[in-house]
Amino acid sequence: MPPVELLLMLLLLATVIVVARLKDLFAAAMLTGIASLLAAGLFVLMDAVDVAFTEAAVGAGVSTVLFLGALSLTSRREKQEQTRILPIVIVVATGAALIYGTWDMPAYGDPDAVIHHHLAPDLIAETEEKIHIPNIVTAILASFRGYDTFGEVVVIFTAGVGVALLLGGLGLRRHDSGTEEES
Amino acid sequence: MRPPSRVREMPILRVIARALVPVILLFGLYVQFHGDFGPGGGFQAGVIFAAGLIIFALTFGVEALRQVVSVVLTERLMAAGVLLYGAVGVLAMFLGGEFLNYSALDPLTTGHYGQHLGIIAIELGVGIAVAATIMRVYYAFVRRRPDGDGEARKPALGAEPGEGTP
Repeated sequence: MPPVELLLMLLLLATVIVVARLKDLFAAAMLTGIASLLAAGLFVLMDAVDVAFTEAAVGAGVSTVLFLGALSLTSRREKQEQTRILPIVIVVATGAALIYGTWDMPAYGDPDAVIHHHLAPDLIAETEEKIHIPNIVTAILASFRGYDTFGEVVVIFTAGVGVALLLGGLGLRRHDSGTEEES
Repeated sequence: MRPPSRVREMPILRVIARALVPVILLFGLYVQFHGDFGPGGGFQAGVIFAAGLIIFALTFGVEALRQVVSVVLTERLMAAGVLLYGAVGVLAMFLGGEFLNYSALDPLTTGHYGQHLGIIAIELGVGIAVAATIMRVYYAFVRRRPDGDGEARKPALGAEPGEGTP
């Protein structure tokens, strides 16, 4: 692994271990943002700039703000609880299963990987002449897979409506009964 | 005299935020409209745009942001983004193509301009919907009160301590 990626990966590992062990929730929320920023750096190194944008803006930015907003509702420190065995066993088993699953994946950057021989060469060769959009990622997401993206936008909309209905928030409008709820 | 404990009274943060927010918003627009050529697109642009506005709210107060983007406006824009996306698809059907087949938007040529038009329009819909949804979620979190009956024990993130229903 190249040294920069190794460094980022080790920093990411250290950050998530600290987050898991911290009892101070404010520090944990800030460190979660740092973990997202490190992940975004890794994505940039892997040439996945689109994903890095999203990770930096959502993971490091917006979700940290939302964590802090949620923290203002509760106490700043996690309650001390006795360490239980069963949850640890489940977590370790799940993690081991996931790592076992990665053994079957092609090595990072492997040119013989299936993904580089099925569909991808066709898309790289034909996107430009078919629809004249230089960014193949955008062409796939917006045009070839337009249905999927439409579904995703509807999902985001639904999530927003759900949050608005459950939490209400600023300027909540009157219900039919005419009472205004301040929440 | 109060010590400048709140973010809004810290001059360094205020000055930096004032300089950064327009750049972030401009970058959001760049990512939005340059999405067919460079990395990016509606989702990323919407998130960046909303994050810029949230930084504004964190430093200058959520009331200042509400004067620009009201809660009702975010709700309307959420729906408008989805409808814009869907409308492009339906328009393509009326012009003789399949749902979301942008080539039909431009029947005169072989469809390249239609693809450009369609992609720009639907990416705009995605960007509007995503930005508005994130703003709406932020608004939902920002003024939740710990005791739930309106009076804040401690000011929530970005909220004025004394405002709201007395």
